[in-house]
Amino acid sequence: MNNEFSCQEMTEVVTNYLDDALPPAEHQRYERHVSYCAGCRAYLDQMRETIRQAGMVAREESLPPALRERIVAQFRTWRRG
Amino acid sequence: MHAPEPPNSEAALLAALRRGDENAFSALVDAYGAVMHRVALTFVRSNAVADEVVQEAWLGALRGLDGFEGRSALKTWLLRIVANIARTHAVREARTVPFSALELTHEARADQGPALPADRFQGPDAQHPGRWVSFPTSWPTEPDSALLSAETRDLIAETIARLPDGQRVVITLRDVEGWNSAEVCSVLDVTENYQRVLLHRARSKVRAALEDYLTSESP
Repeated sequence: MNNEFSCQEMTEVVTNYLDDALPPAEHQRYERHVSYCAGCRAYLDQMRETIRQAGMVAREESLPPALRERIVAQFRTWRRG
Repeated sequence: MHAPEPPNSEAALLAALRRGDENAFSALVDAYGAVMHRVALTFVRSNAVADEVVQEAWLGALRGLDGFEGRSALKTWLLRIVANIARTHAVREARTVPFSALELTHEARADQGPALPADRFQGPDAQHPGRWVSFPTSWPTEPDSALLSAETRDLIAETIARLPDGQRVVITLRDVEGWNSAEVCSVLDVTENYQRVLLHRARSKVRAALEDYLTSESP
């Protein structure tokens, strides 16, 4: 009985690995497994690519002008106290 | 020093705000208004309600200005206000999950399904239990590949939109907005551990959706 991760276990600890949240011994175990297992290497790449793609989902970069107007008008009212 | 360091400029901005300086307020709205609106939208899903949440949040911030002690970054403080107001609106919208720490924890505990179906791995009686039946393949990343298309990003956005509330909010803040774990925990009031469970479930589902899409498309 060895204490290496199985491929199935690797897919469950990948998020902790990427967050640097695995205990040091498990972190090493993860990296050792990836070094010899092409399938888990591909899975880790897919996860990284998933994160990268999510970061490219379109985002609204500025407030709708009418809303911005209302917020500033609200500030003026607040200032008058 | 001619150019003030960021913390000083934040302090100067706050002082100006307390004096009622409209330029300082506008600068703040331009810096953080859009992210506040996006965060509100991840909680309430309706533009009109998100608008209300953001407006209320700014009013709350102005009223709480004197109590802001600078222990957290101004941005984090503002986003916590947004999250708190959005939670109460989510309840009014008759949503089942009001995004309390308790509900998020409950969701993290309830949805503990595997990242992948068990049949992707060799069974307990096989020669190598838990080993891949067949390896996942590398995804093509050439400039003209499906992975880089707008359609792919729409697919990701749609997959995220269909996730359970906690998973949706966490993956949006972590991966779409690019926040770190501590920032998400601080705004959502959830432990790092549960936050990571929600993130793991969410990412596993988005990865699976991408895999389906990329392997079923004929190039």
